[in-house]
Amino acid sequence: MKYFTRLRVRRVYKWRGEPISFNRKLKTCEYASLDISVEGLPRVTVIKTGQHILIEGEDEDNPYVAKVIRLYGDENGKQKKVVVQWFVRVSEVPLSKLKLLGREPHPQEIFYYQGRSCDDEVDAESILRPVKVQRLDGAAPFPDSDDQDTLYVKLSWDSKTFKSVDSAQALLDAPCPLRISPSCAGQLPGNAKRRNAFARTPGIRKKLELSSPEKKSVIAEDPLNQQLDEDPESELMLAQRLSSSPPQAVLLKHSLTPLRKKLKPSVLLNKMCLSEINSSPSSDHSTSAEVDNETSPMLPVTATPRSSKRKSAQLVSSRIRKQLNLLDDQQDLNSDGEDEDEFVPSKRELQSSSEDDDDGGEKEAGLDSDDEVLVKKGKHAAAGCRTPRSKQRTRTSTRTPRRTPNKKITPGTPRTPHHATPSIPCRLRPAQQPANVLEEARLRLHVSSVPESLPCREQEFQDIYSFVESKIVDGTGGCMYISGVPGTGKTATVHEVMRCLQHATDMDEIAPFHFIEINGMKMTDPHQAYVQILQKLTGQKATADHAAALLEKRFSNPAPRKESTVLLVDELDLLWTRKQNVMYNLFDWPTRRHARLVVLTIANTMDLPERIMINRVASRLGLTRLSFQPYSFKQLQQIITSRLNKVKAFEEDALQLVSRKVAALSGDARRCLDICRRATEICEHSAADTSSTGLVGMSHVMDALNEMFSSAYITAIKCVSVQEQLFLRAIIAEFRRLGLEEATFQQGPPPIWALGSQSHLSPHYDAPGHQCTRQSFTVFVQHQSLCRVEGLQPVSVSEGLAVCQRLGACRLLLLEPSRLGVLQRVRLNVSQDDVLYALKSD
Amino acid sequence: MSKRKAKDAPLPVGECISQVQDILRKRLCHQQLPDTPEGVEAQHKHLLELLKRTAVHGESNSVLIVGPRGSGKTMLLKCVLRDLLEEKEVETNLLQVHLNGLLQTDDRIALQEMTRQLHLENVVGDKVFGSFAENLSFLLEALKKGDRSSSRPVLFVLDEFDLFAHHKNQTLLYNLFDVSQSAQAPVAVVGVTCRLDVLELLEKRVKSRFSHRQIHLLSNPTFSQYLERVQTQLRLQDDFPDETFAQDWNASVKTLCEDKSVEDALQRHYNSSKNFRSNHVADVVPESCVCSQTCHQTCRPPGGQQDVFNRRPGQYAPRSVYFGVVSDHRHETPQRRLRRRAVQSANGPQRV
Repeated sequence: MKYFTRLRVRRVYKWRGEPISFNRKLKTCEYASLDISVEGLPRVTVIKTGQHILIEGEDEDNPYVAKVIRLYGDENGKQKKVVVQWFVRVSEVPLSKLKLLGREPHPQEIFYYQGRSCDDEVDAESILRPVKVQRLDGAAPFPDSDDQDTLYVKLSWDSKTFKSVDSAQALLDAPCPLRISPSCAGQLPGNAKRRNAFARTPGIRKKLELSSPEKKSVIAEDPLNQQLDEDPESELMLAQRLSSSPPQAVLLKHSLTPLRKKLKPSVLLNKMCLSEINSSPSSDHSTSAEVDNETSPMLPVTATPRSSKRKSAQLVSSRIRKQLNLLDDQQDLNSDGEDEDEFVPSKRELQSSSEDDDDGGEKEAGLDSDDEVLVKKGKHAAAGCRTPRSKQRTRTSTRTPRRTPNKKITPGTPRTPHHATPSIPCRLRPAQQPANVLEEARLRLHVSSVPESLPCREQEFQDIYSFVESKIVDGTGGCMYISGVPGTGKTATVHEVMRCLQHATDMDEIAPFHFIEINGMKMTDPHQAYVQILQKLTGQKATADHAAALLEKRFSNPAPRKESTVLLVDELDLLWTRKQNVMYNLFDWPTRRHARLVVLTIANTMDLPERIMINRVASRLGLTRLSFQPYSFKQLQQIITSRLNKVKAFEEDALQLVSRKVAALSGDARRCLDICRRATEICEHSAADTSSTGLVGMSHVMDALNEMFSSAYITAIKCVSVQEQLFLRAIIAEFRRLGLEEATFQQGPPPIWALGSQSHLSPHYDAPGHQCTRQSFTVFVQHQSLCRVEGLQPVSVSEGLAVCQRLGACRLLLLEPSRLGVLQRVRLNVSQDDVLYALKSD
Repeated sequence: MSKRKAKDAPLPVGECISQVQDILRKRLCHQQLPDTPEGVEAQHKHLLELLKRTAVHGESNSVLIVGPRGSGKTMLLKCVLRDLLEEKEVETNLLQVHLNGLLQTDDRIALQEMTRQLHLENVVGDKVFGSFAENLSFLLEALKKGDRSSSRPVLFVLDEFDLFAHHKNQTLLYNLFDVSQSAQAPVAVVGVTCRLDVLELLEKRVKSRFSHRQIHLLSNPTFSQYLERVQTQLRLQDDFPDETFAQDWNASVKTLCEDKSVEDALQRHYNSSKNFRSNHVADVVPESCVCSQTCHQTCRPPGGQQDVFNRRPGQYAPRSVYFGVVSDHRHETPQRRLRRRAVQSANGPQRV
C-alpha cells in the first residue's frame, strides 16, 4: 500500500468554529472540528468527530488508523488533543497471530482495536488526513475496487484473538465508544464527576474539605507545582535524546506491532515527540508545546498522578522492557499461543511450575471467555508496566495458597474451629441517627470518623506516597521509619496513602500491590508477626517458625509476576526480641532481589533505631526516616474545622482555646477531639437549663478542659475524712522533722527475723540504742498529738493503720507492701505544697 | 417482700422483726441496690448518658470511674446498668463483658473470659478454643468486622482497672481503647479503680487512645448529711406490710440517731472514714443484735444497741462474719477482697 508522501511539508492546525463546551475545572475546550491546511496550498481539510483519520507513525508508508472521538484543546489554543479509537493494520498484527484469522488477510483490511492498555489520546498535530473506512459483514467478500484509500473493517482485534466486529458494531457507528479504556473514562465529555475523582488522586493534590476549600487547596498544591516545574526540562531532554538514539529505529520498527499500543503514555509521548521531529521543521515549537504539556493544568488529563520525576525513570524502564519484548515476541513466533511476558528466557522453567496453579485459579473463578482474554491480555500488558484493573481482581479472587498447608487440624487439639467466623452479633434495633446539631458534631468529632482527607499532613503524605509509589513502580523494596508522639496522625497518614495508592491501582496507574498491616500491640509475641504476615499474604496458617521459613522462601525466590507487597508495621518497638531476629528479617527481606517488599515502620520514639537496635538491624532499616511533629494549634484548629465540615456547633474562640491548650500540652489530635466531644456534651446538658445560643462556648470548653486535665489529688485531699487529713499533716510534720521525704508509720523494736533484712532498709535500725528515743517521733505519734491539738480522741494503732491503708489505696501515699505492718515506711505521692494548699483552704 | 398486703391487720411482732431483719440485711450487705444513688446524682447522669449513647447511637466511648474504696463506684455502675437495661431500646442490644483485675490476672485469661462472655463462635459450651494468639486475633477480627450502625454495642467493665495496667505491654487495654477510637464495633470501656494516679500507669500510646473521661466519686458530705443518710439506711419504706410497725420503727430510728452516745459514735466514725461501706459494716453488728434480742420484746431498738455503737470502731470483732460478709475490710488482702466481692455478686446482676 502506498500513500502519497506528504512529509517535509508543514501543516497548520486550527480549530474550526467556537468551542462547543468548556471544562472549567480542567480548563479545556471541546471543539467539533479541526482544520488542517498545508502551507502554500489553499486546500483545507476538515476533521470532525466520528471521522476516521490517519495518524503519523514510525512507518511512513503505513500510518496508524484511528477514529476521532473527541477534539479538545487548552484555553489559549496552544495544545490540541484528540481522543481516538485505534484500528490496527494487518502489518501491525504479529505474524504468529495472523494465523488465527484462518484466511489470507486483505491488504486493505484493518481491525477494530479492543486492547485496553493503549493510550488513546494523541496530539492533534500528528493527524495526517482523513481516510475512508468501510465496515463489512463477516461473510461479505472484500470489494474488488481499486480504491486504494478505502480501508475495510471486518473483525476486531484485542491483541489476543480476532472477533467478529458485530459486537463492536455500535462502536463503529456511534460517536462515542461504549468500551473505552479506564484511563480515558474520565475524559468523556460531561463526565465531570468522574474527572473530579480522578483529579483527587494524590500526587496531584490533596483535596481539603474545609470551609474555604479553594484557598486551602491552592496552598496544598503549591509545593507540588514547584516540583513539577523543576522537572520537565530534564525529562524532555531525556526523551529527545532517547528518541534520537540509534537503536531507536529497530525498536520502533518492531513496535509497529500492536504492542506499541500498550506503551505507557510517557512512551507515547516519546513517540509523538519523535514524529514531530521527523515531520515538522519547527522543532522548537513542539518543544514549547511539550513544556506546556508538563506544566499546564492539563496534567491530570495526560499524566498519571505520579510526580513527573518518576516519568524519566519509567521512560527508561519501559524502554528496557520494550527491548525485552522484542525477545519475547520472537519467542512468540516459535511457541504459538504461549503468551508469557517474562523477559528473561532462563526463568521460564521456574514459572512453568507455577503455571498450572494460576491456570487452575482461573478455571476456578469460572471466567467467561471474554474476561479470560482480558486476564491474559493483562499478563501480556505487564510488559508495558501497565496492568488493567481486571487483572488485579482476578488475581485476588483466584489466589490459592501456593503450598498446601502442611498441618492438618487434628481433632484433639484445641484450635480455633475451622468454621468459626469472628463476628459480633448484629443489632436487633437499628442505631439511631444524630438528631440535632450537637449530636451530629459529636459524631463527626469522634476519632473514629475518618475524614476524606487528612489536613495538615500534606508534606508527610507526599513523602510517604512518593516513597511507596517509586518502590512499587520500580519493583524494588525498601524500608521507611516513621516516628512521632502518639496522636500525630502517623497511622492515619499511612492508611490514607494506601487508600490513594489503591485508588491509583483501580485507575490503572500503577501496578497492583498487596497491603498488609501488622501491629506490635495486636500480637501476643513478636514471633507472631510472621504468622500474621503469612496469613494476610496467603491465607494459610502456620506456626511461627514455619511461617518464618515460608516467608523467607517467598521473599528470596523469584516468582512470576509477583506483586509488590507493602507492609505496615505499627508499634515497631514491641517487636523487639533479645536476638532481634524478627526486626532483622523484616528489614532484610526488602533488600532481597525478588522480594518487592516495602516496609513502613511506625514507632513513638525518634531514636528507636539507635537505642534498641543492634547495628546490623539498624543498618538494614536504612536512613529513610520521617518524623511527625506534634500538631501546632493552628493545625489542630484546622483538624477540628475540617471534621466539623460546616456543621456550626462551636464558637470560634472556643475552638481556639481547645487547640491552643492541647498544642501547649501534647499536640495530640485525639485528645483535642475528645475534649471537643466532651464540650458538646456539657453544652447539651447546660442548654437544657438555660436557653443559650446552642453553640459550644468558652465556658463549656473550659469545663471540659478542667475535667480532663486537672488532677484530682487536690479535690481528693479535700474530700478525705478528718482523721485522714490529720494523718497527712502528721506525715508532713514528720518529714520536716527528719528532713527526709520518707517516714516510718510506727517504729517498734524490730523483730528478730527482720533484723538482718531490715537493717539495710532503714538507717534507724543501724543504731539500736537510739530506738527508744526515736520511737516517740513517728508518723503515728505525730498523728496522735495532732488529734489532741484538734480536740479529738486520739486514734488507736489499728485505726491509724486503717487510715494509712486507705490513703495508700488511692495512692495519695506510697506504702511498702503491707507485710511489714506498723513498721512500714510512708511516702507522699503528692507534693507537700499541694497537700498544705488543699488542707489550708477549708 | 411479703405477699400479704393486709395493712389493717397487724402482723405478729416476730414476723415484723424478721422482715425488718431481711430488709436491713439486704441493704447493708449490698445485695440490693438503692433506688437512686445518693450523693452521686451528677455522676450517675453522666455515666448513664455516656453508656446510653453507646447503646443507642453506637458511639464508642471509654471512661474511668475513680474513687476511694467504699465510695460506691460499683454501686454507681450497677445502678446505671440497671437503669440502662430498663430501656427497651437497650436491653436487647447491649452485650456486656465483666472483667476483674483480681480474677483475670493476665491477658490470656482475660481474653478467654471475654470470648466466653461474648459467646463468639470459637466457644463451645464453656470452653474457649485456640491459643492465646489465636484468641486475640479472633476477637480483634470480630470487633473489626463490626461497624457503628449494624453490630451490637459491647460494654466492657474492667473492675480493678489498675491491675490491668500491669499486664504485659498493656496489650488488652491498648486493643480495647484502640477499638473504641476506631470505626469498628461500638464499644464502651468502663474502668473502675480506686487509684487516683491510674493514668500515670498507662503507656503513652495507650493513654493517647483513652478518651480521658474520668468520673470521680469524691463526695464530701457534712456530718448532718451523713446522719441523714444513716437514718435513711435504717428507715423502713412505706411499702412495709405493717404500717404501724413501720411508723414505730422509723420513730425509734430517729430517736436513736438523736441519742447523744449514738451521735458521738457516728461522729467518730465520720471522722475516721466517710465512706458508707464501713458504716454499713458498723451497722450490721447492732442490727444483728437488734434482731436477736428483740424477737420476743418490742419493736423499739433497745438501749443495748448503744453499747455496740459505743465500742470503738476499731474494736469490732474483725471476724464478725454475719450473713456472709467479711466485716472488716481495712486490712484486707486482695484474696479476701475477692472473696467478699464474690459473695456479694452471688446475687448480683447476671451476665448477658
